[in-house]
Amino acid sequence: MQVSYYPGCMLKTNAKNFETSALAVLDRLGVTARELEDWYCCGVCFSQASDNLMQQIAPIRTLVKTKESGNPQLLALCTMCYNTLKRSIEFIKADKDKLETIQEFMDREATRFYGDEVDVIDILSLIKQIGLDKLKEAIVKKVEDLKIASYYGCMLLRPKEIAIDSPDDPNIMEEIITASGCENVYFPFRTECCGSYQIVNEPDIVTDRAKKIVDSAVKNGADLMVMLCPLCYYNLDEVQTEIQKEDNTFQTIPVLYITQLLALLMGLDLDIHDFSLHSVDPRPVLKMKGLL
Amino acid sequence: MTNNRAISSRKIESEALKQLEDISGVNVYACYQCGNCSSACPAVEFMDIPPHQVIRKVQLGFIDELIESETPWICAACITCTVKCPRGVDIAKVMEGLRQIVLRRDFEHINIREIDKKLREKLPQIALIGNFRKTIL
Repeated sequence: MQVSYYPGCMLKTNAKNFETSALAVLDRLGVTARELEDWYCCGVCFSQASDNLMQQIAPIRTLVKTKESGNPQLLALCTMCYNTLKRSIEFIKADKDKLETIQEFMDREATRFYGDEVDVIDILSLIKQIGLDKLKEAIVKKVEDLKIASYYGCMLLRPKEIAIDSPDDPNIMEEIITASGCENVYFPFRTECCGSYQIVNEPDIVTDRAKKIVDSAVKNGADLMVMLCPLCYYNLDEVQTEIQKEDNTFQTIPVLYITQLLALLMGLDLDIHDFSLHSVDPRPVLKMKGLL
Repeated sequence: MTNNRAISSRKIESEALKQLEDISGVNVYACYQCGNCSSACPAVEFMDIPPHQVIRKVQLGFIDELIESETPWICAACITCTVKCPRGVDIAKVMEGLRQIVLRRDFEHINIREIDKKLREKLPQIALIGNFRKTIL
């Protein structure tokens, strides 16, 4: 099975661990993710201004490239990219006039794009599509009593038009965690916003969110927190260390991309992880649970 | 009480309200003030006007008051409010509309040069670009 792959800016930089582990996990599951030959920044935040079409151009150009690649299923590992690309499709499908205006503007593109030809997919849905049985077969390390808090964040669940699961009570991450032989920790903050880009000029919001989210996972007994969004990752990993500097009673929890956990459970090459990218070192917990 | 003293959306007209409707495409008059949005908003305690009151003020045409407010800049577009609204009001789009009204007038809400150099170098690009998309035209 082959899919197109859109890395976006983060997967080649801060979120390298996510790219290397996700591609290795998919390879083990028999999926080749072919990076698009040419792609553009998605713009990070989908523009919600209905009268500004300029901000739709970049994601749509990437979707045109996907159509031209011949692999119409486009994997976006970063959830911000997933959200922006998927919503751009919904945006042009909902309004033919706007689609026409965008098409007229994009006169250098050889291919016309109408919205239906490309499907943007996240890695959780892709793993489910491959089959949880196949995932189970690929797991070689049996762990006992490894409790995982799956954190969804916003971008895979909201708005509901592009949600990969129920926006209120999703279960897809927990299904994957169960299939991989770990225990789930359901914590009430698992779908709540981490504060997002407010880390730039309103960092107090992110500190407040990170404290509540981490506290909630820790109090419910989690050993590790897994996620997919590189921005949530920064806000919940790096910011934990900053909180602890101010408050030494604050209990931290290691954060991994979900694909890192799967790669460890599949016994894949440990070189795909660069643990120096983690602010809260996950190695002590991983060693204790026999994964390192 | 005579009819002409009643509050009616037909009597509320302003250029800013028209602009907000054009940008957001949202019909705020569907809102019946249940407050679900404000109870679900993860950043409400940082806001000077909670989301349900923002919608009420838009209904009443008090846009000038809202564009002076910090609330639209606290909102990080997590869209929890929109998902929780039982009347289908896209509150997150109203917040974007309010930000856009300010940005189309002032060009920027934050000054990039004022971001601490160390922080700027440490932050991932996704945080910076995401922020600039919402705070700079």
